[in-house]
Amino acid sequence: MIPLESVLLLGGVLFALSVAGIFLNRKNVILLLMCIELMLLAVNFNFVAFARQLGDLDGQIFVFFIMTVAAAEAAIGLAILVVLFRERSSINVEELDSMKG
Amino acid sequence: MLSQSTLLTIVLAPLIAAILAGLAGRVIGHVGAHCVTIAGVAISFGLSLWVLKQLLVDGVPAFNQGVYTWLVSDGIHMEVGFLVDRLSALMMVVVTFVSLCVHVYTVGYMHDDPGYQRFFAYISLFTFSMLMLVMSNNFLQLFFGWEAVGVVSYLLIGFWYTRPSAIFANLKAFLVNRVGDFGFVLGIAGIVYYTGSLDYATVFQLRDTITSNTLQIIPGTDWQAITVICICLFIGAMGKSAQMPLHVWLPDSMEGPTPISALIHAATMVTAGIFMVARMSPLFELSQTALSTVLIVGATTAFFMGLLGLVNNDIKRVVAYSTLSQLGYMTVALGVSAYSGAIFHLMTHAFFKALLFLAAGSVIIAMHHEQDMRKMGGLKKYLPITYWTSLIGSLALIGFPGTSGFFSKDALIEAVQVSHTPGHVYAYWCVFLGVFVTAFYSFRLVFMTFHGPERFGQAAAHGHDDTHGDAHGSRTHDDHAQDEHGHDGHHGTPHESPWVVTLPLILLAIPSLFIGWFTIGPVLFGDYFNGAIFVTGQHNVLGHIGEEFHGPWSFLVHAMMQAPVYLALAGVLAAWFLYIKRPDLPGVIATKFSWVYKLLVNKFYFDEIYQAVFAAGSRNLGTALWRVGDVALIDGAFVNGSARLVGWFSGVLRRLQSGFLYHYAFAMIIGLSVLLAWYVLR
Repeated sequence: MIPLESVLLLGGVLFALSVAGIFLNRKNVILLLMCIELMLLAVNFNFVAFARQLGDLDGQIFVFFIMTVAAAEAAIGLAILVVLFRERSSINVEELDSMKG
Repeated sequence: MLSQSTLLTIVLAPLIAAILAGLAGRVIGHVGAHCVTIAGVAISFGLSLWVLKQLLVDGVPAFNQGVYTWLVSDGIHMEVGFLVDRLSALMMVVVTFVSLCVHVYTVGYMHDDPGYQRFFAYISLFTFSMLMLVMSNNFLQLFFGWEAVGVVSYLLIGFWYTRPSAIFANLKAFLVNRVGDFGFVLGIAGIVYYTGSLDYATVFQLRDTITSNTLQIIPGTDWQAITVICICLFIGAMGKSAQMPLHVWLPDSMEGPTPISALIHAATMVTAGIFMVARMSPLFELSQTALSTVLIVGATTAFFMGLLGLVNNDIKRVVAYSTLSQLGYMTVALGVSAYSGAIFHLMTHAFFKALLFLAAGSVIIAMHHEQDMRKMGGLKKYLPITYWTSLIGSLALIGFPGTSGFFSKDALIEAVQVSHTPGHVYAYWCVFLGVFVTAFYSFRLVFMTFHGPERFGQAAAHGHDDTHGDAHGSRTHDDHAQDEHGHDGHHGTPHESPWVVTLPLILLAIPSLFIGWFTIGPVLFGDYFNGAIFVTGQHNVLGHIGEEFHGPWSFLVHAMMQAPVYLALAGVLAAWFLYIKRPDLPGVIATKFSWVYKLLVNKFYFDEIYQAVFAAGSRNLGTALWRVGDVALIDGAFVNGSARLVGWFSGVLRRLQSGFLYHYAFAMIIGLSVLLAWYVLR
């Protein structure tokens, strides 16, 4: 039996990794998308861990919803990425600052 | 019973004429404009005479009732109403008569002026305003008339609005009058505060409630409320009637066309202050202090302003200073409670001063708008009617026995002599010596203008433009004329003015000569003003003199044994000696007593002091407020400052918006963790 702490720790580490990935990444938009996926997965770990701990299936059901959303988001994100590349011929994060104030 | 519609017609006829001439001036043309306005004023004059006749002969009671209630606020009725008793009826007749003469005269004087219709509209409007003032039965309407005549006076002084000097003069008149009006409004406010009414009759009934009050203007000092109110009202009169130290606007107002100098700045408007104080006699009688103030101010004006007439060379300005001095005489009469004397002198003065001004205007036309007396002389044979009428006017002014001015002025001086109002000794010497001064400057004017060698051929010829002015209203008109105009040859000999100019002169000369004979008995010593003017027993100087009055003849004989008549003759002789016999002497005297001469030429430096203290002071204050208050504080700190603050703040905030997605995401995460931390840890 894997203790709850270990699973939560794993989730926390994964989340921290993805945050670091978002923040440190200067090159690639795909990497950003991947980090976001990872973040969602880290959250899923928590759901699963707590669901099992509390013996409540709602958390596990919620994980499916999140994975569905994540899949849709990945599809849309990649589509945007393709359009972006067509527009700019680049997916370099450094150049994507048109939201600048 | 006087009917309300008669009185309304008297007031409204000039107003309607003014509106017609003013707004439809282009349509009705020159002839239409003067016909309409002369008709309007003639109707007023005729009806005023009729009203006076009804009051005097038929003995109908005075009319006193409201015509229209404007509004009622907290029990204070503000309304248009007429009080027509013998005092206002006399004023109405004087105002409309002089105004009628001036209207007719203007036809000749202004005939080639581009503002012909405008001028007629203004003088008719003035007649309306002045009638509203004198016929009013409440303080609000009095104040309306007071301000309305001020506005018209402003418009007319600046009638030739392209002259900088005229603009300077009308602004000056307006501002100085504001000072007086401030006091006047305070006085009215005081009356409303203590009596709760604007109506004359009610206020006079309640005057004891004012007397019983004191107020503290400066903490720790008690002031009699009645004294404060009367002095405030008198400050208003000082502004309007040009008493020292608020007299400075009157000489400058001579920038306006001559007819209005006659109508407004000599005969009628400037006497509004005198009229007002006489009307308020029930209040003034209650305050010895106020009466003393009135007396001393009047006496100072009477003497010292007369002195200025001695050195001036502008024909109109000499007459203007004489007006100031005569207004001082009237004020002195008010100060010694001889209100009837003041009104009597007001009436005679209106006739002969209007006459003198119009005669001066006639001379000015003949001299082609030259006003410098040094360039006149010997005009007697060219302008016979003008000469004789202005001689009559001057004789009346100096109080030559038998003329109207003699009766009024002599009675006035005697009233001062028997008075016991504090300050009466000073006042007596002022008015007494003033007689000499008056005679001297009046006949100096006559001699310089009409007698002696003809000086107009030499440096004359000014053309008709009449636009030479100088930037400083305080300088005399003629200094400038000398600089600008050389000599040219087309100056013909002067000739007598047309009949429209001389007819008013003759019409005015008749009352100037004779009116004293008929009116002195009833007006001064009789019961003419019963009910209109109130004098307490111990102040009743005229009653005191009246005991020895047995008709105008004996008054004349009595006066012949008194000093003032001989003093006046001495003045005439002195003027004759200095300006006809030895014309070289005035120059010598001027250099001998150069500091006196300088003082007089500069009008006691009143203009300079006002210019330096009040004008420059308020300009500096304005500049300071502009620099500090407006530019620095409001514009700088509030308006631009808040804009700059927002700009700076947004500049800082903009740094946060790098445009990089990961910065935003990071910010979201930080925000999330802060919220979570707060949620968990609180």
